[in-house]
Amino acid sequence: MSIDQTTVARIAHLARLKVPLEEQQQVAGELSKILDWVAQLNEVDVTGIEPLTNVNDMALRLRDDVVTDGGKAEDILANAPSKTADFFTVPKVIE
Amino acid sequence: MSIVQGTTGPWEMVIGLEVHAQVTSEAKLFSGASAAFGGAPNAHVSLVDAAFPGMLPVINGTCVEQAVRTGLGLKAQINLTSVFDRKNYFYADLPSGYQISQYLQPIVGKGEILLDLADGSTRTVGITRLHLEQDAGKSMHDQSPTETYVDLNRSGVALMEIVSEPDMRSGEEAAAYLKKLRAILRYLGTCDGNMEEGSMRADVNLSMRRVGDPKLGTRCEIKNVNSIRFVMQAIEYEAQRQVEILESGGTVHQETRLWDTGKGVTRSMRSKEEAHDYRYFPDPDLLPLKLDPAMVEKIKATLPELPDEKRARFIRDFGLKAYDASVLVAERASADFYEKVAKGRDGKLAANWVTGELFGALNRLGKGIESSPVSAEALGSLIDLIADATISNRIAKDVFEAMIETGKPASAIVEEKGLRQVTDTGAIEAAIDQILAANADKVAEYRSGKDKLFGFFVGQVMKATGGKANPAMLNDLLGKKLKG
Repeated sequence: MSIDQTTVARIAHLARLKVPLEEQQQVAGELSKILDWVAQLNEVDVTGIEPLTNVNDMALRLRDDVVTDGGKAEDILANAPSKTADFFTVPKVIE
Repeated sequence: MSIVQGTTGPWEMVIGLEVHAQVTSEAKLFSGASAAFGGAPNAHVSLVDAAFPGMLPVINGTCVEQAVRTGLGLKAQINLTSVFDRKNYFYADLPSGYQISQYLQPIVGKGEILLDLADGSTRTVGITRLHLEQDAGKSMHDQSPTETYVDLNRSGVALMEIVSEPDMRSGEEAAAYLKKLRAILRYLGTCDGNMEEGSMRADVNLSMRRVGDPKLGTRCEIKNVNSIRFVMQAIEYEAQRQVEILESGGTVHQETRLWDTGKGVTRSMRSKEEAHDYRYFPDPDLLPLKLDPAMVEKIKATLPELPDEKRARFIRDFGLKAYDASVLVAERASADFYEKVAKGRDGKLAANWVTGELFGALNRLGKGIESSPVSAEALGSLIDLIADATISNRIAKDVFEAMIETGKPASAIVEEKGLRQVTDTGAIEAAIDQILAANADKVAEYRSGKDKLFGFFVGQVMKATGGKANPAMLNDLLGKKLKG
């Protein structure tokens, strides 16, 4: 499977990653190689097999509906680059 | 169905609704922080909700049960295996850069909702699916000219997204859908349905097509409309807008639009356009959710009587009209109150008092039925006094007003004010004689054929007796006397 430069630019934008124009061709080649490697799985016949989202044979653990956390705005905001009172602040997001 | 009349012919609306309903729970969907509304900024936030590195989500069992309960209330298929996915996008109030949601395998599949329309008819609207997902934080754009403030208290609160089939054909049907869905959620106790606090929000999908055309047109989605009235207004506006585009030879672009409450228009949200590639994939932090069939059965066994069943029972057992029954079952508290009043009494009379005088008084006082100054028992006793002819229906209304003001029982007010109905033939006859004697000219007119004057005489005698004459007896005696 081959990924072109336009696709690289689009994925990079969606992931908010800065991939300089001169590197995009190289990244496209690398991503294509990864996809080709994974595509080998297509050779396996999976007719009649249910898709699997996890290989662990375990049940999802459920938590009780009890408030056990919170009340620590100071900790939550400790690493915030910008804050006012107990709010995070970011450059204005205009709708 | 409501038709939009264009200049080139009639058009039909096709409407589907996506409702986000906040699950009633103590804690959030994947963390132990409080799900309560409000709170000091960032006080209801755990490290999971703020997406600190290395934090792992652990699902809240009660939220799962609430989703199953809602699914059962919507007569929907419950999927014993469902999967949580990451929906990826960037926004300042979404710290992890993805929302945990359900995409291909939701917890609840197809169901249905029965709409009660104003003309007494009903209509079934399909439910496509219901899935569990996290709410995002709250952005405030009006606190500073240069910055947006972010509060993560909502971040991670459990939501049920309930998606309908495009089965609605008018704003009224959309409103009826939201009312019924809200009533079902409130009966089930799975969402408080408070649209003002945002615990229930609706996105409207609308397209237009020529009447009779089986093909669907291109739709627009109107986001986050936060009241039933605004949903109706947004639909009216958007339908007109699309018809104008289509009739002038243009094409409707599939896009997300915003309802502007102040201007009464929908407008494009261009900023969201390019973000529509969410790149869903199963969340590797969460195993598939497997439900025990026994747990589903247990929840099914504890479902309360829902609005549709209650309405049918009220019509059957109390002889109510479909409309009155719908009004009474809209809120569980009203239905319970009514049943207490109606028990062992005339069901129709009880319904008239609850939906008429009582709801009127509560409206005037701005009170809910839970804090009604007149209890169900007290209203029942008042109706008993009408039934045993102690007071007339007319006088009962005055007694009711006094009950609202003073909180005293009906019997005490009747005694205190001497409102007991006059059923003594002699006393009523005396009052009639007096009125007839004082209005000899009108008596002559009546006897020469002016039948309408009967009402005048009834009014005068009632006035003379302070409204206390038994109306049936008065009519009877007056008729005889006037005949001469």
